[in-house]
Amino acid sequence: MLAVRDAQVVLEGHLALAGVDLDVSEGTVLAVLGPSGSGKSTLLRAIAGLQRLENGTIELDGRSLAGVPPHRRGIGLMFQDDALFPHRDVAANVGFGLRMQGMAPNAAATRVAELLALVGLSDRNRQAVASLSGGERKRVALARALAPSPRVLLLDEPLGALDRELHDRLLGELKRLFDATQQTAVYVTHDAAEAFALGSQVAVMRDGRIVQVATPGRLWAEPTDGWVARFIGLANVEQDGQTVTVTRPEGVTLRPDADGTAVLVSAERDGPLVTLRARRENGREIVAVYVGLAPPSPGTRVTVEVDPGAVIEVPTGR
Amino acid sequence: MDANRSSLRRAWLVGAVAVPTAFLALFFAYPLATILERGLTTGDGLALPPGTAGLLWFTFWQAAASTVLTLGVGLPLAWAIGRFRFHGRGLVRAFVLVPFVLPTVVVATAFLALLPEGYERGIPAILAAHVFFNVAVVTRIVGGAWATIDRTTSEAAAVLGASRWRRSREVTLPQLAPALSAASALTFLFCFTSFGVILILGGPTRSTLETEIYNQAARLYDLHAAAVLSLLQLGAVTLVLVVTSALESRLSGAESAADERDVLRRPSGLERPALAAVLAVAAVVLALPLLVLVGRSLGAWGTLFRETPALLVEPWQAAVYSISFAGVAALIALTIGGLAALALARRPPGALDGLVLLPLGASAVMLGFGFLIAFDEAPLDFRSAWWLVPVAQALVAAPFVVRIVAPALRSIDPRLREVAATLGAPPSRGWREIDLPLAGRAFAIAAGFAFAIALGEFGATVFIARSEQPTLPVAIFRFLGRPGAQNQGTAAALAVVLAGIAVVAALAAERAAEGRGRVL
Repeated sequence: MLAVRDAQVVLEGHLALAGVDLDVSEGTVLAVLGPSGSGKSTLLRAIAGLQRLENGTIELDGRSLAGVPPHRRGIGLMFQDDALFPHRDVAANVGFGLRMQGMAPNAAATRVAELLALVGLSDRNRQAVASLSGGERKRVALARALAPSPRVLLLDEPLGALDRELHDRLLGELKRLFDATQQTAVYVTHDAAEAFALGSQVAVMRDGRIVQVATPGRLWAEPTDGWVARFIGLANVEQDGQTVTVTRPEGVTLRPDADGTAVLVSAERDGPLVTLRARRENGREIVAVYVGLAPPSPGTRVTVEVDPGAVIEVPTGR
Repeated sequence: MDANRSSLRRAWLVGAVAVPTAFLALFFAYPLATILERGLTTGDGLALPPGTAGLLWFTFWQAAASTVLTLGVGLPLAWAIGRFRFHGRGLVRAFVLVPFVLPTVVVATAFLALLPEGYERGIPAILAAHVFFNVAVVTRIVGGAWATIDRTTSEAAAVLGASRWRRSREVTLPQLAPALSAASALTFLFCFTSFGVILILGGPTRSTLETEIYNQAARLYDLHAAAVLSLLQLGAVTLVLVVTSALESRLSGAESAADERDVLRRPSGLERPALAAVLAVAAVVLALPLLVLVGRSLGAWGTLFRETPALLVEPWQAAVYSISFAGVAALIALTIGGLAALALARRPPGALDGLVLLPLGASAVMLGFGFLIAFDEAPLDFRSAWWLVPVAQALVAAPFVVRIVAPALRSIDPRLREVAATLGAPPSRGWREIDLPLAGRAFAIAAGFAFAIALGEFGATVFIARSEQPTLPVAIFRFLGRPGAQNQGTAAALAVVLAGIAVVAALAAERAAEGRGRVL
């Protein structure tokens, strides 16, 4: 439905987008994952029409968007810092796009109520946006972007800079909302966990280019190179010459053994999983995942057992 | 259709630049050029009149002395307002601002009434009036900066072992320095170009560049000397202005992030009597001149409705002219200044901002003198046009409008416009829905300021106001120039009226701004 071909953008003399190709199909969420400065936000701004393309095309439903100003594209945008209109209350923020469409006030009010219910803020119409909490602001920004029923919704790191508890809760809500509404969306983030949770496809971006597009499962199983493997959070990425060996932590077992060749360095619990780090005799560190209540304690000698199916080899990516 | 729209938008933008430019060209650049031409081509060319060196020296040192004294009075008050939370703090802050919105002629009249016989004219009177007038500048700028210095920086220094004295010297003072220098520079600028205070309180012998231009042009009819002095004043003031805006830009750059509410605290121990003393002294210094002025006016109110040889109209009618002219002037200043601010806000701060401030630096007296000699022959013979007065007043007020509105427009997050666009708002609609309401507060404040400035404007108005349509400052000046207690009383009564209108206008603007603030 949304097709980007060879998109190039020049910002302050350097190529912020160096030829990007992307496809988003109807009713799916594409997560664009990349470090800061990789061109993710520029890509969104180009799709929204806020940034001129130096080269390439963007098509929506087979129609070129070249020369179409942002206000006629039917593409919604949600910024990281919400950008709520400070001089308007909650309902007027959500209803802004409807008013621009010329929707009758009654119909608009109904639609606003519907969206506020959708994001869990019913009966907050008249509240000033300045008095909203961080999470409520996000919800209003989301409802505002969804109100005019955009063909595509663009989200620019909407959950950045939130505390972890709120982040996780809103992530769950977004997931349910996208599933329920079948909203076509492009979701930009630097957080692999977010991209995996929301994207039916994940596009990994680096230095203005897309380096890999895959489902979260395939991306995790077959990162295209060592850089991607590190960036999505795979541990045990070791480089030998031109090839990189990735050993999945879930396929590594560290067994306590007095004659073991490795020494456990740390054991950190995060929920049900414990991340174990051991130093091998060659001085390298290996990471394993442990499930259970009695992980070995640091200092213990261990033997390293690796499931051969958990090892892949990829090019370096540098 | 798109092409049509964008060309319409461009036309509109061109208008935003062209209208103020044309206005400035006709009513600022042309009179200035006329002065330059008069200075160069008549008399002995640019040769300075005798006594100019002394004039320049007095202009400079009285401004410097006034600045130092103002700091002496203003800093304790800035400390009180910037550090402590106490009952009536808001009231004190508002009250401090009153002298600043008072027209210079009112302040001069008040000090004439206040000071004992024999001291009411001369250097002490000038310095006292300048201090009274500018305490607001020091208190508001320095106090405001003090109130936003993050207290944790001082606490961090304390934890690192710095004594109280070293903390104030090495942590607080450097953070205050930009505000201190900006406030000093502004005060110096105001005193350097001070006209009404010096003309009225200086007596026959004390003259600065600004008042001497008036003396030469309006009393001695030496237009050549006035022109040469105007050019000198232009150079001197431009210099002061350049320094001032450099210091001021440091101020905005150094703005600290701390919130007032986290910084202010209740006074404790010895701070309590110190605070009480500062506030008591301030109350006396600020209130006494005004009380004496009101006292002097008592018994003279009847004379406002009587014909008098001093004016061609009954004195009360000057109030009507003042309000009407100031209203028109505020409208012009808001239009011209608003458009200029709009054009300026589209680019980052730079040299153009300074250009807009130039009329402010050119000095009102010079402007009035320029009008006098530039618009006296066809096709530009405007001598009998009533609107010349509001136009001159608007020129004096417009730079303030730009200074208030442009930063407000600039501070609007561009993403708000972008979001509005993605929600279907074309650029013109985005401007109407986002920029205008968000800058509304600034527009309200600017309108009030422009009105108050126009109302008290004296330097330019005194040259061009027609005798049958005097403004209040001009009428007050006429009465002060006549002997006898009754004339002084009438002047005081008119000054009270003028002060009342100015304060009401300032309060109304503040109220309007707050009303909008609540919506924000």
